Amino acid sequence: MAAPMSLDSADAEYVRGLVHRRAAIRLDTSQDYLIENRLAPLAEAQRISGGIAELVSRARNGDHVLGVKITEALATHETSFFRDSAPFDVLAKSVLPRLVEARRATQAINIWSAACSTGQEPYSLAMLLLEKFPVLESWRVRITATDMSAPVVAQAAEGLFKQLDVNRGLPASYLVKYFDREGASWRIKSRVRQLVQFRQANLMDSWAGLQRPDIVLLRNVLIYFDGDTKRAILDRVRQTIAADGALFLGSAETLLKVATGWSPQLDGKVTYYTVQP
Amino acid sequence: MKAIIVDDSRATRSVIRKTLLEEGFDVFEAGDGKQALEELKKTGPVDLALVDWNMPVMTGFELINELRANLDFNSMAIMMVTTETESSQVQRALEAGANEYVMKPFTPDVLREKLMLLGFARD
Repeated sequence: MAAPMSLDSADAEYVRGLVHRRAAIRLDTSQDYLIENRLAPLAEAQRISGGIAELVSRARNGDHVLGVKITEALATHETSFFRDSAPFDVLAKSVLPRLVEARRATQAINIWSAACSTGQEPYSLAMLLLEKFPVLESWRVRITATDMSAPVVAQAAEGLFKQLDVNRGLPASYLVKYFDREGASWRIKSRVRQLVQFRQANLMDSWAGLQRPDIVLLRNVLIYFDGDTKRAILDRVRQTIAADGALFLGSAETLLKVATGWSPQLDGKVTYYTVQP
Repeated sequence: MKAIIVDDSRATRSVIRKTLLEEGFDVFEAGDGKQALEELKKTGPVDLALVDWNMPVMTGFELINELRANLDFNSMAIMMVTTETESSQVQRALEAGANEYVMKPFTPDVLREKLMLLGFARD
């Protein structure tokens, strides 16, 4: 008998709650098709004979690993320009002005987008710098963008986006200023592209070659790691980041009870972290 | 918060209305620019107008020009929601006074993210 490939409403509700808690992704009921489309291959890959229903049931009954895999299946590459918007406001209004002032002597700023997916985050940063900090045009500015998936990094480096991508989160004024229409798609302009260096890298492997970052964006990626690995990654970030640097996590993530040596900085609704002196 | 949806497609108005209601707006509707002006004269200015470009009687582009020239309405936020997807058209709409621009087709998330950009964030 074929395994059931659809979800009842209670299971769908559970999955929506799960991805919201773990990844701050809000799925509404009109996206149940997305849940089914993403979870059917997962159930198959996990050789779960009872299909999606059994997959979700096991997660509900405490299978933590399956919970993470479900989140990953729904979260993978979920991104948009200026995602969550508030952290970018904090960068523009307080963190970057402070760092620009502090770097007047060296005239260099390094930013690390540590789970860059298809590029929206590092390109958003680059546009933000061009738009709000024209003084940086004569500085050495480098945005290093890494992701564990080589095909995703290659796609990001191409800088070509579908209409749906540029519809999402990108101010229209930035669209006309920083993108060129190319057929049915939109290509990021070279003045934005050249600020970003992409490479494939796994957070659990070596970070050799990474310039000491002043700002690290490690958003919505720690959920995929267990507690010890999270702590190890955050300890390495602490040793790598500039002493006066700022670390941003995803809006639903926290360092509390995960890692030590960081000071939370509350700015409006956004919490970012600095290294404890 | 109040919003007016100006679109000649009832189906599109219905999709937009659903998201706006979820985001806590009181919603008015009009099928073209002229109807929108008449509705606004009755209701007074609203916080946000979502405006299609290509409509009979009075286009969205003409409506934006009317609203921006009218002291009663020129502080309203305006979001163009349209099938026009050329960069030059986006530029024209922004220069005429649109604050944001959504290209059809779009999803509810696209609208929500644009609402956030305009400062209509739901807590």
